[in-house]
Formats: sequence, structure tokens, C-alpha cells
Amino acid sequence: MMTFAFALPGLADELEINLGTLATEAELHSRSISIFPGGRGLPPGSGGVGEGAELYRARCRTCHGETGSEGPASRLSGSDGWMSFSDPLRIVRIQKNPLLVMSVGAQWPYATSIFDYVRRAMPHTAPKSLTNDEVYALTAYILYLNELVSEDAILTKENLPGVEMPGRARTVDVWQEE
Amino acid sequence: MKHSRLDFLAGGGIVDRRSFLLAGASFLAASSLGSARAEAAQGDARIGTGFPGWMRAPGKPDTGYGQPVSHESQVQKRSRPVVPETTGFTLWHTPIENQRGAITPSGLHFGVHHNGIPDIDPAKHELVIHGLVERPLTFSVENLLRYPMVSRILFIECSGNTGANALSPFARDDSCQDLFGQVSGSEWVGVPFRHLLEEAGLQASAKWAIAEGADGGSHARSVPVSKLLDDGMVAFYQNGERLRGAQGYPMRLLLPGWEGNTSVKWLHRLEFTETPAFTKDESGLYTEFLSDGSIARFSFLMDVKSVITHPSGTQTLPEKGFYEISGLAWSGHGKLSQVEVSADGGRSWAQAELHGPVLDKALTRFSIPWRWDGNPTVLLSRATDERGVRQPTRAEWKARYASHSFNHYNAIQSWRIGSDGSVENAYA
Ligand code: HEC
Repeated sequence: MMTFAFALPGLADELEINLGTLATEAELHSRSISIFPGGRGLPPGSGGVGEGAELYRARCRTCHGETGSEGPASRLSGSDGWMSFSDPLRIVRIQKNPLLVMSVGAQWPYATSIFDYVRRAMPHTAPKSLTNDEVYALTAYILYLNELVSEDAILTKENLPGVEMPGRARTVDVWQEE
Repeated sequence: MKHSRLDFLAGGGIVDRRSFLLAGASFLAASSLGSARAEAAQGDARIGTGFPGWMRAPGKPDTGYGQPVSHESQVQKRSRPVVPETTGFTLWHTPIENQRGAITPSGLHFGVHHNGIPDIDPAKHELVIHGLVERPLTFSVENLLRYPMVSRILFIECSGNTGANALSPFARDDSCQDLFGQVSGSEWVGVPFRHLLEEAGLQASAKWAIAEGADGGSHARSVPVSKLLDDGMVAFYQNGERLRGAQGYPMRLLLPGWEGNTSVKWLHRLEFTETPAFTKDESGLYTEFLSDGSIARFSFLMDVKSVITHPSGTQTLPEKGFYEISGLAWSGHGKLSQVEVSADGGRSWAQAELHGPVLDKALTRFSIPWRWDGNPTVLLSRATDERGVRQPTRAEWKARYASHSFNHYNAIQSWRIGSDGSVENAYA
């Protein structure tokens, strides 16, 4: 009984609890949806700005606005801050919806994160419903709205990690500094 | 009767608690001297007429799960849709001005749900641990509940709590719930991570874990392994019962003292890696814009902070006279060392009483007696934690960040008292 009184590191080992079961490759493959800055996790497939624009109009525009910066949901394009979009009522709108002071294009350090997030969470009302090709296309369109790729860009797992995002140079890593 | 004089500790009517207790004792003695008159008993009299209905009938039966009484039904979380056009992303604020003590009732715990509350079948829910481990493992909820558990009383605060006071150019006339309602305190019980990580066999190169929830948006955060090993837990119980759906049922990650967003609810996957994934929240919403234009990431710790909850914004003091000023203080860096209160706009300060036990990374209740003389004034509280770090003023805080940055706002809060007794949010 004494061992239970102290939660020492190694307790589980000492008690040989071992109630986890070995995960199979197939289980891990279907659940591992994280995409990393270097491109690890990106699936095969491709998508271009043109297809992305069409998908955007059909499935994203009502929440993210005509050019990705009008809201009502989070801004996907333009710079961050109060003065960065030309709406005379922006102060009132930001009061109602503070998310409009941010922008994916200006803030996010890696383009791979756009793929990761859109695939797992968007559109908000039907997450995980897009195909990999569609996610590549929408990622390309969001990057195009921010003038980070050209109009004829087609994205794949090879070239997406190479897209440079302005948010990267602005990054201060508070955790590493401690 | 001799009336004890009240000693004032600071301006604006802050009373020395000891002199107040002394004065209170003599009032008490006076009132208990009331005369006892003997009435002649009458044979046909009933005592019933002198009592309220609930003392003249049997009460109602109890229920299997108790609810607050109907007279308290106005005490509710309040919701604020972040994007009113979509209902999935909503903030639910705790009415902390109704809370006394340091524990928030589970049903009133704040919540920031980015894509609603998933309805999870615990029999089908699993935690998978993989990546840089010797043995990738899957745990059922049933099996996890057999591991040794620890109990800790902790606060959780959203990094956006009080963001309105950071962003708004003028002080909005909002309540304590509106401005400070994204912090709550609970007893959390769960399995320390190190047990599970020993079983999976962490590789030396593993520095981060991507923690992911089983909600519609698969919420994910990158978390340093050192924090998981230090005091991270998989929590199953809150305030003596299994987690509420809104708090992550059947299980959540709990990282004491860190921004609430990292304590991933509905936890189902941990992937160990060398580097962070830069998930959506560490790319955008949970970062801070600094005054030089740079963006601070991974600012996990919630800094020292306090707020007076009694009295607070949108309330009205009915008349001049005695009030107990009371509030909550907390720090993600550890324990509080002191909370000071001012009742004269910051000209003089007195040390409030801390209601123990003062725990590491937990809400701490403070209080101090006050006699309001009916004149306009400003109440403030400022907390110092065990590092000796004190809350900044609003001007100091604003100087560090860009004007549109709103996370991790921990400046000293002021409530303005009007001559009509009104209590209003102020930048003072
Ligand atoms: C029903 C409304 C809705 C629709 C439709 C929608 N979104 Fe969103 N989107 C949101 C909301 C709300 C958020 C903020 C979620 C959060 O912060 O948790 C968001 C966030 C985002 C973000 C992250 C922004 C940030 O700064 O954090 C991206 C990228 C995004 N959406 C892309 C898309 C794409 C691409 C589509 C179309 C396939 C789409 N969205 C459709 C509501 C919507």
C-alpha cells in the first residue's frame, strides 16, 4: 500500500499497469492528420488557383467575404490591424467581431498550416468534407488572394512547403526564449 | 454601549479588518441584550399562523441530480457568438460576480468552443499516443480510468479573457462577467502524463506533442514535452464528477497555469515530434502582436492578474455605508504573495486578506472591509505573485503590444463608483 501514497515517476512501470494496446499502422494512418511546416503529412494530390476560386465562391464566401477580408468570419487575406481594410464602419465591426483584426495572409508563418486547418475544420458547418485536391486548390486561392502565389499556380505536396509567408519573419518564439 | 472607532488603513474608506471585527463584536453584544417577555399561554392558539407556508407543510422530495433553486435561476453563463453568423464558435462566460470562494460550479465553468460540443460515446473514444515513441499505444477510456490519479485545484483562463479592455479605445460599460468571465476554478482529477509516456517509451528526440481533440474542428495545439512530464494530466473528473460535455467529456488535457486553449478538450490523439506543427491557433488567434510589429508565439503562461468581483461593473451600491470588497486573483507562475486594494483611485493602497489555502496556479479569493462615504471614487486591485511580479497598469501593458493585440491582457482593473452608487468599468 505504501507505493500508492507517493506518485513517484516510474510508478506505472513499477506497478506494471501497461493497459495500452499497440496501435496498428492502419489506425495511425487514418488518424494522423497533422501537417508540419516541412511538408510532412501532406497527401498526394494537387489543386490550382482557378479551381480554388470557384470552390471558394461556393463554399467559403458567405462567411469569409468576397475577397477573404470582409468577414464576418476570420480574415484570410490582407494585413492585420485596425486600418488595413477600407470599410468606414470597421471600428464598429471589429467591436462586434474582434477576429477581423487578424489575417491569415499577414500572420501565419507557414502555408502548410492553411492546408492542415482547412482540411480538418472547414467549411465550419461541414468539416472534413473536402477532398485533398480541393484543399490544395483552396489553399492556392487563399495564397493568391494574398499575392503569395501567381494566378496560374498549382500546389502539390512538393511545392506547398516552399511558399514563403510574411508571418514567419515577424515571429518571436516566446517559449524558446524562456 | 461603547462604540469602537474604525481604523482606516487607506484612503476612500478602506477599513482595518481588526478594528472592524472589534466594532462588530460590540454591536453583536448590544443586540443580544433584547428583553425576553413571557406571554401567558392560551389553550386554543396555534403556532402555525406565525410561520411561512414552507414551515407548515412537508417539503418536496429530492431529485437524483440536484439543481440550483429557482430563485437563483438568473445566475447563468452568458454566450457571445464570436461570429454571429455561425453558431459553432461561441464564448460562454462565467458569472464570476455571483461566485464567492474560489471554486466555480462545473455547470458555470467558462467555455470557448471553436466548433460546438461533440456528443462523444465513451465506449468508442480512445487516446492514441504515437510519433517519436518506442511503442505507439491506444488506450480505451475504461483502461485509462484504472491508472493512479492525482487531484489539483487549478484555474483555467482563456488567453483572450478581458480582451475587450485591451482592444476598446474607451472603457466599455460591461459587467464583470462580460469582461472577466473567461476564467474559472475547479478541482481536476486525472492521470499524470508521465505514467502513459513511460509505457509508450518516449524517444530522446521528442520535444513537442501535438495534442488533438475529437471535436468537429479537430482542435490541435503543439505542447512542449517538458510541460507534459512536469505537471500535465489527462483529466477525467471536475469537482467530484465526470467531466461535463462542455469541458471535454470523456477526457481532456490539463496544463496547469497555461492558456486554456492548450488544455485540449475531448483529447484523442498525442503525436510526439521534434518541432511544433504551427496549428491554426498558434499561427493566428492565440498569438500576440507586439508594439514593434512582430508576433509573439507560444506565450503559454497566464500572467499574474486580479479583479474585484464585489462590487463590479453594471452593479449599483444601494446606499453609502459598509461593503466587503472581494475579488479573485491568480497567476500561471505559481502562488499569489499579496493583493492590494485601493478605494481612492490608486493614491493609497491596503493589503487585502487572502482566503487560504493559497494554492499554486489556483484562484485565490481576497477581501477587505470598506465604508463608502457616498462620494465618487475608483476601486482597484493589484496582485503580486510569488516571483514578486506585480500586475502592470493598463498604460504599461498597452506599451508592450500593438493597438490591435488582445490576448494575455492582465492589467490592473479599475471600477468607477458614481455618487449614485453606479459601478462602471474604467481606464484609470
Ligand atoms: C459557416 C461559416 C464558414 C464557412 C462557410 C467557412 N468558414 Fe472558415 N471560418 C469560419 C469561422 C467561424 C472561423 C474561425 C474559427 C476559429 O477561430 O476557431 C473560420 C476560420 C477559417 C480559417 C482560419 C482563420 C484564422 O485566422 O484563424 C481559414 C483558413 C478558413 N476559415 C478557411 C475557410 C475555407 C477555405 C472555407 C471554404 C471551404 C471556409 N473557411 C468556410 C467560418 C466559416
